[in-house]
Amino acid sequence: MSRTSAVLRRIGFALFGPLLAVVVALAISAVVIALIGEDPLTAFQVMVDLGDTPSQQVQSIVVILNRAVPLFLAGLAVAVAFRMGLFNIGVEGQYRLATILAAAVGAAIVLPGPLHVLVVVLVAMVVGALWAGIVGVLKVTRGVSEVISSIMLNFIALGLSSYLLTGPLRGSPPGASIITTAEIPESGRFPSLNGLLTGLGLAAPRSGLYGFLLVAAVAGVLVAVLLKRTRFGFDLRATGLSPSAAAASGVDARAMVVKTMLISGAIAGLIGLPDLLGSQFDYGTEFTAGLGFLGIAVALLGRSTPLGIALAALLFAFLDRAALPLQFADIPSSVVTIIQGTIVLAVVVANEIARRLALRSAERAGAAADAGPAGGGTGGGAPPATGPDGGRRVRTGVPDTPEDVQA
Amino acid sequence: MKAAALLLAGSMALAACASDETDGGGGEGGGSAAEELQVGLAYDTGGRGDRSFNDSAYTGASTAVDDLGGELQELSPNDDASNRADLLTQLAEQGYDPVIAVGFNYDEVIAEVAPQFPDTTFAQVDGSNADGAKGDNVTGLIFAEEEGSFLAGVAAALKTETGHIGFVGGVESPLIEKFEAGYVAGAQAVNPDIIIDRQYISPAGDFTGFNDPARGQIVAQGMYDAGADIVYHAAGGSGIGVFTAAAASGGRAIGVDSDQYLTVSDPALQAVIMTSMLKRVDNAVEQFITSYSEGDVEGATDVLNDLSTGGIDLATSGGFIDDISGEIDSYKQQIVDGTIEVPTTIE
Repeated sequence: MSRTSAVLRRIGFALFGPLLAVVVALAISAVVIALIGEDPLTAFQVMVDLGDTPSQQVQSIVVILNRAVPLFLAGLAVAVAFRMGLFNIGVEGQYRLATILAAAVGAAIVLPGPLHVLVVVLVAMVVGALWAGIVGVLKVTRGVSEVISSIMLNFIALGLSSYLLTGPLRGSPPGASIITTAEIPESGRFPSLNGLLTGLGLAAPRSGLYGFLLVAAVAGVLVAVLLKRTRFGFDLRATGLSPSAAAASGVDARAMVVKTMLISGAIAGLIGLPDLLGSQFDYGTEFTAGLGFLGIAVALLGRSTPLGIALAALLFAFLDRAALPLQFADIPSSVVTIIQGTIVLAVVVANEIARRLALRSAERAGAAADAGPAGGGTGGGAPPATGPDGGRRVRTGVPDTPEDVQA
Repeated sequence: MKAAALLLAGSMALAACASDETDGGGGEGGGSAAEELQVGLAYDTGGRGDRSFNDSAYTGASTAVDDLGGELQELSPNDDASNRADLLTQLAEQGYDPVIAVGFNYDEVIAEVAPQFPDTTFAQVDGSNADGAKGDNVTGLIFAEEEGSFLAGVAAALKTETGHIGFVGGVESPLIEKFEAGYVAGAQAVNPDIIIDRQYISPAGDFTGFNDPARGQIVAQGMYDAGADIVYHAAGGSGIGVFTAAAASGGRAIGVDSDQYLTVSDPALQAVIMTSMLKRVDNAVEQFITSYSEGDVEGATDVLNDLSTGGIDLATSGGFIDDISGEIDSYKQQIVDGTIEVPTTIE
């Protein structure tokens, strides 16, 4: 009986944070919209209007999904490190460098279809992992904070990819305004999922739904399994919660740092690929930048769980698309930026409130059930309970341990 | 989180059900107004309010719409400008015609979208379509920035007292290299031994250099400290930093795109702006819309704006270069005549 109520309570607290955040953000945005002299209700209506005809609606959904895929991968890359207590700000540099090198390799080789794509994907993952690995190695051998080194490596990665693009890897003709790498041939492109859409009886959209959506979904499931169902994932989360406790129970913290950064970087390497293999087919000066930083916001909003990140990415993509209809309705599109910003800010605040409430309630429950054997082991922290509560552990078996690892 | 999203979606869906009248109104507007001019304007990164070429394009488009009647719909891209294709598609789909894309970053996107809307007329500021590769319905509105920059180089070389001048580019890119190449050629035409410091704020692919006054100031300050007394900037919003550095070191600066002597609000900065290289995006856009309304747009061609058309010029506001106007006019005439051929790339 108390078990179910505990589970319910936990789910309640887990949902409370994001829910409160979204409501607060919508309220603040409504006030802002009203202050600039527009009707908030009209604005929200415009944002959810996907179009008049079925094909426009499908197209809107495709636009949202295509935007959500890179955001999801970016959030995932950041979150894996988050869970270990590492703040990988270097995702930006990792994906930019990975994308340009993957684009160059993809354009240089000729292989049969699936193999060609696989090689491009592997190159991107390896480059991203190696670049992130530098951060891990610096941290464990020289004690350099990963925040500092990953920011610094961003600058180097951007400079390096700019050099590669304008120098050795330049594939565009000398006069062209946009400098790009050579184009990836047909065999190296990821087919779109439009066949699937029309097969489901939906209208054909104007642009292709990225096939990379499937890769992102697989990556999400793999990360979820890795975190929740493997020894490695347990060690990772335990180290994130309490490095000293994890070390005491025999986790090799140094190896964990390097491994986690490698995984985070490998996922970061994928961020540019939906665009690269789905619509651009080359890396150029106009290639979407800044996804690595957006990923931090997405991971934060998704509370570092794959499912949460997927929803956060969809929400961000949805808001992003809404910027266009808003402009047609003569409402400044900066409304969207304000909503996105306030949501992230509100999530941080709401998470903290939810955590304190949960902690208090857990303490009360713990005091009541002190006589019982429910407390769990003492040494390495109780096995984390399931539930979408993300990076914030509410019950670690040691209720009054301060938790300070989260960003 | 899931419930949060559901609630959000639910509340929004409710809101959507509440009224459909705005959609209906928009739809009618798109359908019935075959006679009326409906201009769609898609901006590049930064959008409206960049005090640079996006704003300049707006000025031209709104002037044209004021004169000819009709409606102007502007769209700014999202922060990372990943939805450029969407802007063009939406405008064309909603019946806007002509659709004008601002900036060379639309090069690939317009080539994809324009063929999907063969009945819509497109134009691209800063993008060439002389060969028709972007489609038969696309007109390129291009500028001979190198010619105006040549005159800026002439003015700098004539006015410098140290024989040492500078150039600050926003982002290393073929477009900005045209400014650099013209400036260097102009300065060397006056004084072959002149020292020219040249530096870009950000490398290719990193567009922050167009909107980073702090770094603009650092780069320009370095040039003034090294002995340069006149610095020309082709750095968009970062130019304010160049002016600040000029004011701090008693040097002078040359503005770009608009007549920055008139647009800068701070009198201390105004005093250092010797002249500006004018790139009249507003005129080009206005002329394009006018000729569209008169049915004169062919497509698959370029409209070149240069010194001869007045689309490119050197500003004289402030009167700082009045004493050398004779020499500048003579160089200008030689460029228009073709006696001087201005390079577009740096050797």
